[in-house]
This record gives sequence, C-alpha cells and structure tokens, in this order.
Amino acid sequence: MKLQQRKTRLRAAALGALAVSGALVLTACGSDNNSGSTGGTGTKTNAASNVKCDGAKGQLRASGSSAQKNAMDLWAKGYMAACSGVDINYKSSSSGEGIVAFNQGTVGYAGSDSPLKPAEVADSKKVCSGGRGIDLPMVGGPIAVGYHLEGVDNLVLDGPTLAKIFSAKIKTWDDPAIKKLNPGAKLPSKAIQPFHRAEDSGTTENLSKYLTAAAPGDWKYPVGKSWPAPGGQAAAGSAGVSQQVKQVDGSIGYFELSYATSQKISTVKIDTGASSPAEATSENASKAIAAAKVVGTGSDLSLKLDYTTKADGAYPIVLVTYEIVCDKGNKADTLGTVKSFLNYTASDDGQKQLSTAGYAPIPAEINAKVRKTLATIS
Amino acid sequence: MATTTQIDTPPPETPLHTPSGQSTGRLGDRVFMGLTRGSGVLLLVVMAAIAGFLTYRASIAISKDHGNFLTTFDWLPSQTPPVFGIAVLLVGTVISSVIAMVIAVPVAVGIALFISHYAPRRLATTLAYVVDLLAAVPSIIYGIWGALILVPYLGGLNGWLDQYFGWTYIFDQTQSGVSRNMLTVGILLAIMILPIVTSVSREVFLQVPRMNEEAALALGATRWEVIRLSVLPFGRSGVISASMLGLGRALGETMAVATVLSPSYVMSLHLLDPGGGTFAQNIAAKFDEANPLGRDALIASGLVLFVLTLLVNGAARLIIARRKEYSGANA
Repeated sequence: MKLQQRKTRLRAAALGALAVSGALVLTACGSDNNSGSTGGTGTKTNAASNVKCDGAKGQLRASGSSAQKNAMDLWAKGYMAACSGVDINYKSSSSGEGIVAFNQGTVGYAGSDSPLKPAEVADSKKVCSGGRGIDLPMVGGPIAVGYHLEGVDNLVLDGPTLAKIFSAKIKTWDDPAIKKLNPGAKLPSKAIQPFHRAEDSGTTENLSKYLTAAAPGDWKYPVGKSWPAPGGQAAAGSAGVSQQVKQVDGSIGYFELSYATSQKISTVKIDTGASSPAEATSENASKAIAAAKVVGTGSDLSLKLDYTTKADGAYPIVLVTYEIVCDKGNKADTLGTVKSFLNYTASDDGQKQLSTAGYAPIPAEINAKVRKTLATIS
Repeated sequence: MATTTQIDTPPPETPLHTPSGQSTGRLGDRVFMGLTRGSGVLLLVVMAAIAGFLTYRASIAISKDHGNFLTTFDWLPSQTPPVFGIAVLLVGTVISSVIAMVIAVPVAVGIALFISHYAPRRLATTLAYVVDLLAAVPSIIYGIWGALILVPYLGGLNGWLDQYFGWTYIFDQTQSGVSRNMLTVGILLAIMILPIVTSVSREVFLQVPRMNEEAALALGATRWEVIRLSVLPFGRSGVISASMLGLGRALGETMAVATVLSPSYVMSLHLLDPGGGTFAQNIAAKFDEANPLGRDALIASGLVLFVLTLLVNGAARLIIARRKEYSGANA
C-alpha cells in the first residue's frame, strides 16, 4: 500500500517536472521567435538607419579589447535591429586575448587597443590564407586620469608632473610642482597614492606611450602592457582602479572616461602648453586624434598619435582601438557580415553615435580610408 | 565505548579481507574490490598525468627563461629576452598562508571547543550551522567583501601595528594609509579557511571517548583540565589534518587574493606595505593576456605550487603518523 502511494507520488512528481521543463522549452522557443521578429521583416536594407546588410548572415563572433565594449554593444544593437537574422557577439576580454583568438581563427575579427606586432602579423598569415591581419582604427577615446582629494575639485597637471607622480618621485599633494600648476587650490600635505592596473592592459600601454612622449626626461620605462614603474598600488581592471580611487582619499589613477563619469570621479585637466588646460571629454579627445598619422603599410591603417599636440582643447592622453581583420583570406561564412558591419561602424552614422557613449569618433579622412580598405578585403 | 568497539569488529570466522588481499571469492566482493582498486589506480593516473603535463610545459618555458627561474624578482615572459622567476610568488604564497594559519587555527579550535563542550545544545547547533555556511560562500564574494569592507577598515589596524610594533621590521609600514597588503590577504584567507578547520576539529572533539572525559571528571578535574588532559591530546592529529585542509585552501586561493592584494614583484617582508603576490593570484592576473611562452611560464609556476602542496601534505602525513598513539584508531 505504502509502496503504491510512493509510486503515485513519484509519478506525480515526474509529471510535474515534465510540465515545468516543457513550459521552459516552450517559452525558450517563444523568446527566440520574439527576438527574430523584432529584428525586422526580412528586408535587406533599412532606409531609416542607412545600414546596408548585403551579404550579412548568421552569427559573427568577435572578441577583444574591453575598452571598446560599450561602443560595440551600441553598434551591434543598432545593426541587428536593421539586419534580421544576423547575430553579432562581441566578447569583451582584452586586446591580447582578442589577438590570440583571431590568430587561432576562432573569431571573425578582433578588437585591440594596440596595432598588431610583427610577430602577431606573422602568426596571422596562417589564418589569413594568402593575406595578413590588418588594423582598422575604429574607436577613439580619452584615458581619464581620475583623482580623489577632499577639498580640491579642479586639478591641473602636465606630462612631467604626471610621470613623477606615477613613478613615486612626487610623494605629497602639496609638492611645489603641483602647487605651481594649481596656484588657487588648497593642496593638503597628504600622501599621494597612485593606482595602476594589476594585469597587462592596453590602457596602461597607451598611458605609458603618452608619458614617454610628453615627459621624456621623467619617464624612462619600457612601453608595454604591464606597469613598468616602481611604487604605487595595483588593482584589477579599470573597474578595480576606479573603485580604489573612489574609495581612497589622496589617490590618483587612470581608466576610460566612462568609469569616471559613471562613478562621479573628478578628472585631471592636462596642461599641454595650449592657452588653457584640456579636460578629458570625448570632444577634446577627437581633437587630439585628428593630429594622428597613418603609419601602417599596405592596407594596414595603424595610427601614430601625436601626444605632444598643443592644439587648443586637445586632450592628449587618448587611445585608439582597432578592429583586426584579414586583408585576404577571411573566412567565407563571416566575410559578408564583417564587411557590412564594419562598414556601418565606420560610417558617419556609426561614428556619430560614439560621442554619446563617452568615446571619440575617428577623424573623417581616416574613416574614409577604413571604408575604402573594407571594400577591398576578401 | 570499549565494549561497543568490540561488538563492531567483525566476527573472525568471516574475514572480509584476507592478509594476501584476496577476497572470499563471492562475486559482489570481487566486483567491488575491482571497482575500488580501479578508482585508486585512476586517481594515481590522473595525478601522474597532471604532473607530466605540468612538467612538460614548464620545461619549455624554463629552457627559454633568461633569468633564474627560482630567484628572479620579475615576471616578463613577453619581453625579449624573456625574464621571469617565482621568488616573490613563492615567498608571498607561503607568507599569506602562514598568516592565515596563525590567525585561523587558534580561533577555529576555540570555536570547535565551544561548540562541542561549552555551548548549550541549541546554540551549538546554530553556531555550527552558521560556521558551515561560511564555507559555502564563493571566494569571489569574499574578494568583493574584502575589497569594499576589509581593506578600508584595516587601515586603522595597520597604522596601530606600525606605531607600536614597527620595530619588529615586518610591521614597519613605509607607505602610510595603505592596506592592500599581505596582512589583509592573510586575514581574509583566515576567514575563508575558518569553516573547514572548525568543522573537522569539532567532529574530532566530539569523538573523544566519553570514558576518558568521565574518568578525568571523576578525579576532580575542572572542565578546562578535562579539555587539556583528554580532549586536546586526543584531537591533536585531527586538528592537524583539519589545519592542513585549510592550508591547502589558503595556498590555492585565487580570486579573493587577486581582488584584495596590490601585487608587485618587489621582494619585501614588510607585511603592511602593498606588494608581493601568490602563485594562484599571478596566474589569474596574467593568463588572459599571456602569449604562448607566458602561458608556459605560468604553468611552470603552477608546477611549483603543485609541488609545494604535495610537500605540505606529505609533512602533515608525517606529523600525523608520529602522533599515531593519540589517534582515534587506538583509543
């Protein structure tokens, strides 16, 4: 009798489980259909947003720099809304990981804060049959130097002072060098606590490039992704550094502008020698990127930034993130999508959206070159 | 207790296990013996495979290292020529684990004694349950908690230690107002290993033969004397095993350390200064961006951690073996 009872109970439980899982499966299908139907009605072009979807189909996987993640999210959303049946999946990891994934052939394109190195180009030839990996500048942005100092909300620094702060040669906030740049501010004698990235990072590399160019006498460390200077403290990721700066009074650190705005961290204005110090904004970053020169050979469009620009309002600590694709020998099943999607991101419409997300558009003439190059990749 | 032990032993006429290792020939016995033996062999094979893989990849990296792998204070495998060494990581791993043990073991033994011998039953069950719950908290949660709560609040303790114990060298703080250091890591690790040490110690203390305790009480011993004379000697090997389990956790902890520590490759024994690093933290921080040689170098550092853990476990086995006379098996 008891056994019988248990059996029925078991059966009921099994039925219940079946019902629940069945419902889950059904709703899963439902949501799939929904996303499909919101994607458009199957038209190849959507006049409203000027997205050309020719040849785009299926799933496009990409990976790389976390610096351009927010831009990619924005673009992918706009693009997928216009082109039905295309799924763009940008995995935000890091520039190095993106390049590794690209050279293993697991992604359609990679995002990176720094152009391919010669060894990486050599590796890319195995994946790009008959071609090589090329860099297409796509997203620009300021690297904000954020600080936390009670009672001081308008701090101006220049390249040499920043270099000395980040290499622990200037140790307190009332140092003469800082006083000279901020005559009006009440600077406390508090110890400066510089924070840098704990892991290898493209942001570190770009800051290091800036300091090398802007303060050659004070910054003599090798330029690389790992933090080279002595002193200071490390924290994991932009999120970790900005969180420490927010928390610790007397601290200073560097990260993408979006981390400063979202956490309301004050940013340093840079005295470049122009008439007034430049603030870290996407507009000011664009002005500095405008001075960049293309130094890549062939269809490679890697840029050389001018970190010592004295143009009015140009914020010099900027980074440019690239999309890396093959010039020849892209995988047939993603080539169409890559071309069409990157054409959209490099278009005037696509670039215009960047400033809304705290990024800086790439100068129009370089953009035109990117689009021209995209037309030739195969 | 002694009488129950006798009843528990199987009657001699049906030996389950003859000295030569042969079974009685029944099918179930043979199948079961095969299964257990197979599992044992499988474990050895897996361990050997891990060791082999680590050694192979490590040898690739070490052959290309332009520094001394054991004594270099740097980790630059992507530089040309590549230079990297584990000195700072080894010292950091050992120091942080030692701090964790020094803090956690006495506290854990105290909690275990309180739960097993002092607390009223209802409180004891609740407390035991709460301590066990601590073990279920994922380490990244400890990391976030450490970074948001522990690090800011330990600033005061660090200043105090620097002021009164600065003369001890290890508590001398050269960079003031900083608490993303090895001491903080040690304290966080101590909290993380507390549940495992406590719960095993408690189990051991509950196994102390009732007769021993009653005999001590009958001779007029106080409760503390009972604990000192019968509970602690009986439980010692158990507490050592528990501590080794905790130490194993502390040695390999990754995310919590990576979140709380400010790593650097400067060798410093000032516990209150930021710097240092551990094997696991270094692997977590460097793996994502590492080139192929960098990955091999990290695997080589992993091999050192593997060997370190084996040594620690071996040492623990030795200690326990030497204290066999107190172990539960002979009680």
